[in-house]
Formats: sequence, structure tokens, C-alpha cells
Amino acid sequence: MHELSIAQALVEQVEAVVAKERASRAVKVMIAVGVLSGVEPEALHGAFPLVAEGTTAEGAELVVEKVSARVRCLACGQESPTDIYFMGCAQCGSRSVELTAGRELHIQSVELMTDER
Amino acid sequence: MCKDCGCSGVDHGHEHEHVHDGHSHKHGHTHGVEHPHEHLHPHSHPHLVPAVAEARTVSVQQKILSRNDEQAARNRAWLSGHGVVAVNLISSPGTGKTFLLEKTLEGLRGKVACAVITGDQRTDNDARRLQGKGAPVRQIETINSCHLDAEQVGKLLPEVAGNGVKLLFIENVGNLVCPSAFDLGENFKIALLSTTEGEDKPVKYPTLFSTAPVAVLTKMDLAPHLDWSAAACRTALRQVRPGVFIFELSAKTGQGMDAWLDYLVKLTE
Repeated sequence: MHELSIAQALVEQVEAVVAKERASRAVKVMIAVGVLSGVEPEALHGAFPLVAEGTTAEGAELVVEKVSARVRCLACGQESPTDIYFMGCAQCGSRSVELTAGRELHIQSVELMTDER
Repeated sequence: MCKDCGCSGVDHGHEHEHVHDGHSHKHGHTHGVEHPHEHLHPHSHPHLVPAVAEARTVSVQQKILSRNDEQAARNRAWLSGHGVVAVNLISSPGTGKTFLLEKTLEGLRGKVACAVITGDQRTDNDARRLQGKGAPVRQIETINSCHLDAEQVGKLLPEVAGNGVKLLFIENVGNLVCPSAFDLGENFKIALLSTTEGEDKPVKYPTLFSTAPVAVLTKMDLAPHLDWSAAACRTALRQVRPGVFIFELSAKTGQGMDAWLDYLVKLTE
């Protein structure tokens, strides 16, 4: 259940964005989660509201964009999507590849609400 | 700022409809930061729309674990500045990480100055097992957490890995999923897998096994007694991490230990 730690880190960052932008609260948080990030979006959806309670992220909608794995081929130089259970180059079939996408665990944007004061 | 209609901008005009005994009229005015809004007459105006709040989206583009990653970068700088190579050992509970470390510390004693940071949810049993082998050992009890993080490790570095240590083993909490998401500042991760766990584990847990450039197959002495194929396990490892460097060993019988120890010595040269 490290999703709780991830949710904690996420809420801290959202709170920092709310404060920096002098907004009242966050209403939507968009994040990118790679298939090889080790984070289960479902568990994050469960943890986020619990951690957000009582913060400026309370009640915010969490939107997760799943990012597929991609590799760059060290043989032909092409970049292609890959099966994470059988990594290889989709262009030339080489198994000499390096991962270029799939480990993401990023905040992309935060929708903020500024209430009247 | 107008408290009724919620207008929050600094300078914009709007219209109010006023109702005074028996007649109504409209007037426009501009809001400044300070809002001089004085009338000699009593002033009430119902609004049909609720208070308007301002919504906007800001692009952030930050890593969610950026605070951990920043601490990991400081750990990495500290380690490199002190000439320490650090490896982060990750496996399920029961793979034999601690036993392998016991034998590794014994094997490297007098050859390479080692240190160990070991993590478990509870107890310092592992640290006690590793004591007395010539290497400083510190235990981290993570309590409710399923992984080590960079801050926990960073706090211990000066006391455990100073004083000429060349090789630091970080024995993570036994768990194949969570520890792989947290960079500790190590040089690289080593994934361990025992012969009792099934050959396809790398494919079941690709997050870890795709991250670790080195894999160690432990308890090889048990392989003849099990329906377990080293070839199938190597294939599974290479499916998720082409080019992975694989050791097969038994800390109990010593099989494969020479190659492992030689490799560790070379890491520090």
C-alpha cells in the first residue's frame, strides 16, 4: 500500500500549488501514471480522498492518465511501443532496447478554484 | 471586492439593479482593489445567480515523488563524494537477502569495507544477524510503511557509510512492488529471487525486474528438489529486462558465491 505514501506526496504538492497560485482549493488533479511506475491507479483513487481530507485538495477529482511503455532500440534507433512482458523493438525485433516511457509518476495539471473573499 | 456577486477581478465594471421604494434603476460602476461603494440610500439587491468563483487550470509537470527524488539526489551526491558504491537489494520476504548478506560480509571481510542499512517493518532481528562481521549495520524500522525512502536512508549515511566504507548494501523491506518506486540514491537496484518462488515471478512483477540491471537467483541448492527451471527463470528475467546480469548462487552451500563476491569487489575498484 505505498499508494498512501504516493497520495501523501501528491496532496502536499497540490497544496503547494494552491498556495503558490493564491487559490482557495483544487477541484481537479490530473496525473500521469506509467504501467511500470509500480503504482496501481485504483489504489491511488482510494487513498487520495482520505489523505486530501482537511486540506485544500479535499474534494478534488483525481484524473489518471495511464502511460504505456515505449522503448528506444539500441540496434535500429527507432522508438516504439512495447509489451512490458516481452520487451523488444517493434520495428526490427531487437531485444537491445531501453525504456523511454512507462515509469511516469507525474502531476500534469491542477484545476484551481478561487472563492470570493 | 463585491461580497454579493463575487466579482473578484481588479478592474471591471458591472451593473446593479436597485430597487428603491416603488422605482428601480440601473447603474454601472467599476471595481478597484478597494471598493468605494457608498450610497446615501439603503441598498439591497437580490442576485439570481449564486456567488461566482474563479476556476482555472495550471500546468504543473512535476514528479509526484519529487521530494523523495531530491533527497535521493542528495544521497547520491554524498555517496559519490565519499567514494561509496551503494546497491539497493529488493525481493519478496524470505528470498534470503539477509542470509546472503551474512555470507557476503564474511566473504568480503578484509577485502572491501562494507556497510549495511537494513529495513523491516518491525524488529532489529536482521541487524543483529549481521552484527560482528566487520561492517557497520543500521536497522530502519519502517513501522507501517512497505518500503524505505530516501530520507530514512539519508539520515543514516554519515554514521553508517562514512569512515572509508566502499560498498553499502541497502536491504529493502521484503516486497516486490513498493520499494521499486522509491529512489534511495543507490547506484542501482539488485533484484533477488529464490528457487522456491516460481520462474515466472519477473513477468508477474515487471516493475521491479525491469528496473534492476542485476538479478540474483538464490537457494540454488534447492533447485534439484523442486520443479523449477533455471532456464525458464532466466528467460522470464530477460523478457522484462533484456541484457540483465544474472547470478545463480546458494549462500548455504557456497555455490556461485565466488563469482558474486568477485563482482562486488570489482564494483568498488
